[in-house]
Amino acid sequence: MEDFFTYSVILGIFVATFKIATPLLIAATGELVAESSGILNLSLEGTMTLGAFTGFLVANETGNLWLGLVGAAVGGGALGLLMAVMTATVKVNQIVAGLALNILGLGGAFFWYRSVYEEGGAVAFPTVDRFQTATVPLLSDIPAVGEVFFDQHWLTYFGVLMVPATFIFLNRTKYGLELRSIGHNPEACDMRGVGIISRQYTAVIYGGVMAGLGGAYLSLAGGNQFFDDIVAGRGWIALAIVIFGNWRASWILGGSLLFGFLEATQLSLQASGVDLPYQLLLALPFILTIVALVLNRSRSQVPLALTIPYHRGER
Amino acid sequence: MADTDQSGAAAPGENILVAEEVTKVFPGVVANDSVNVAIRRAEIHCLLGENGAGKTTLADILYGVYQPDEGRVLLEGEPLELNSPRDAIEAGIGMVHQHFELVPPMSVIENVVIGTQAKQWLDLTEARRRLEEFFADYDVEIDPDAEVGRLSVGEQQWVEIFKTLYFGVEILILDEPTAVLTPQGIDELFRILRRMRDEGLTIILITHKLKEVMDLSDRVTVLRRGKVVGTVDTADVDQRDLARMMVGREVLMQADKAASNVGEPVLEVEEIHLESDTGRGSLDGLSITVGSGEIVGVAGVSGNGQNALFDAVVGVRHPETGSIRITGQDTTESAPHRIATLGVASVPADRIAQGLMMDFSVKENLVLGNQRERQFSRAGILNRGQIDAFAAESIDTYEIKTPSASQITRTLSGGNLQKIIMARELSGQPQLIVAHQPTRGLDIAATEYVRRRLIQERDRGAGVLLMSEDLDEIFQLSDRIAVIYDGRIVAVTEPDATTLEQIGMHMAGASDTDRGSQ
Ligand SMILES: Nc1ncnc2c1ncn2[C@@H]1O[C@H](COP(=O)(O)OP(=O)(O)OP(=O)(O)O)[C@@H](O)[C@H]1O
Ligand SMILES: [Mg+2]
Repeated sequence: MEDFFTYSVILGIFVATFKIATPLLIAATGELVAESSGILNLSLEGTMTLGAFTGFLVANETGNLWLGLVGAAVGGGALGLLMAVMTATVKVNQIVAGLALNILGLGGAFFWYRSVYEEGGAVAFPTVDRFQTATVPLLSDIPAVGEVFFDQHWLTYFGVLMVPATFIFLNRTKYGLELRSIGHNPEACDMRGVGIISRQYTAVIYGGVMAGLGGAYLSLAGGNQFFDDIVAGRGWIALAIVIFGNWRASWILGGSLLFGFLEATQLSLQASGVDLPYQLLLALPFILTIVALVLNRSRSQVPLALTIPYHRGER
Repeated sequence: MADTDQSGAAAPGENILVAEEVTKVFPGVVANDSVNVAIRRAEIHCLLGENGAGKTTLADILYGVYQPDEGRVLLEGEPLELNSPRDAIEAGIGMVHQHFELVPPMSVIENVVIGTQAKQWLDLTEARRRLEEFFADYDVEIDPDAEVGRLSVGEQQWVEIFKTLYFGVEILILDEPTAVLTPQGIDELFRILRRMRDEGLTIILITHKLKEVMDLSDRVTVLRRGKVVGTVDTADVDQRDLARMMVGREVLMQADKAASNVGEPVLEVEEIHLESDTGRGSLDGLSITVGSGEIVGVAGVSGNGQNALFDAVVGVRHPETGSIRITGQDTTESAPHRIATLGVASVPADRIAQGLMMDFSVKENLVLGNQRERQFSRAGILNRGQIDAFAAESIDTYEIKTPSASQITRTLSGGNLQKIIMARELSGQPQLIVAHQPTRGLDIAATEYVRRRLIQERDRGAGVLLMSEDLDEIFQLSDRIAVIYDGRIVAVTEPDATTLEQIGMHMAGASDTDRGSQ
């Protein structure tokens, strides 16, 4: 235990914190935008898995990781589009639609993966030449700080940047204001001539794209292959982080980093032989979310019309 | 009507907006039945009719919310295709709805600019400037950055009105805008509306208050059960004529009442303090007593603690100091359902948020809160037969216009929602009735009925705490009048011993001593 808190271990934990937080951050900021428009997309887990797969597939086929990211965005976005059709147009119950699409995303990815890579009953488990970290010149030479902040994957920088970007989009642009208004009271927006459906489509598809990219981080940057349980509950954790963050971008950053830190610590502890039940860690984001909900209950920023479909003229 | 008065580009007098043979059918109701209405340019045109007559439906058709099943809308003689409110806005038509269309967690200014911004980058400086000008011009004190959900209903109404004007509309439809305004607010609004009419704006106003119709309008169209009874020049009619057209019979416009017979106090509020934590106002050492067989009217400008007083008495919030006794029992810390079992009936001001479950059926709402009573359930199982019988009776006596008792409450007209609450609350022989704006949005016949019922309850021995911004109502019903200002009762008097003016002064915060200097 004594050698556990060595400089390099602690540094390692901080570096890993960002890596673990990346897919959460990307998926959660996307989901924040979707939920701001009043649509709860419960299919994040499946969407991330599909994105991890389509990203991997394209990267593997073309040998180009960047095209792989495009593939992940398209895969996630397609599932987002389906979600938008079902909830904004057909107005199916959002919980039902989200759960159904979740299964579709998971099953679709597994099935597609097998049909491409299975030969004679055995899966080949191909790998890609994954993304290397993108070192920021000069800044990365700063001791400790450089390693933690300036020697990460592009997708990590992207995820962190999406926090202020999402904040600015939602709070400082006309479109963001309209989205948030729709999420609170679609009827009021309709009566002001603000189109509801087109905006909900945009928001939910965007959320799908981001979830797809979050998934692609796992198969193209964090790891170099696709496997069935690659997302391992991160989609659900991203959903919890949006709630934990009380629908605010800055808190979502905090929540993602907190979770990344806890998991990184736990992994280090395990590596050094300390035995911790990993299930506890899996439950932690949800426990923290419940605590945050209780503490925030009078200041909840939840979109008031979240999950409630809007029909004009229903009063 | 000065039809010949042609001033400038806008030619007053010619028809600007016409509904031609408009029919709209909802399941079980013909809300509009071959309606013909012609609105002239730069006039104030009132739509008048009982609850459920189809006024809101007609206005919604003119605003593109509903598409007519038959008939059409013409704008300046050209057929106007209205598929959504956006089409109406583009045609220069704006509407303020009967029920607020606000985004409560957002600020006043954000609510105002939704749908009006041209640039993608949100720039509120221009909007803020115009809003502050508006507010200064019309003497309204509302912080543009305040969260709308924390404003009083009256203030929210102003936000609604300014929000619509902000579009720069040519035709303005107002659906019962005065229901939640104070008398001063109404005067102010009317001054503004007249000014805007003179500047060329066409105004369609829906209201139940005949005095307002007489005061303000140039012409009136009366609707009854979805049909147009007629359109008349206001100058040619009086209130009695309008009432007869509306209801189809003579209406008593005065509620008679015998002398009160005050007994033991049923409500004793002593020196209560309540902090404002929810935006529903605060109380600062308020005391008030209501005896059995007595109606105590609380007059005051909205936002002076009426909501807080209501909350404290019905037990939704508990005062930090002071005490409340109901029929002699201390209820300062009691939960709302405990207080209800003491025989307290409550009629909240915000019927949708606090009085009704909009997605439940009418009959469920009629027994809501009373479902545990023996009459309606046995061992936790609801007695359907009793509930149906009670619902049928209430729908009948209160003339609640609904296709059936199983209708989803959401689809009822505004006034009929209020009738459901009244029917439910007055059903159980209450000892104390706390009524906040009980006739808001009711047509004259229903208003007459509710007022008569309140007097009957008082004669039966109930105490009534009546909070209203309608001073006529306060004077008509109250045995004692208390004026609430800034979370305190600043004056208590009897209706015969005071005048409307004096009450108005107290409401504005003037004490007896400095009245002379005003
Ligand atoms: N969306 C709807 N679905 C079903 N019925 C409806 C709907 N909208 C209105 N109605 C019915 O149409 C009739 C007319 O309603 P409307 O709201 O136009 O009345 P109103 O004249 O505005 O009454 P009030 O003075 O009470 O507001 C009512 O019987 C109402 O229940
Ligand atoms: Mg109406």
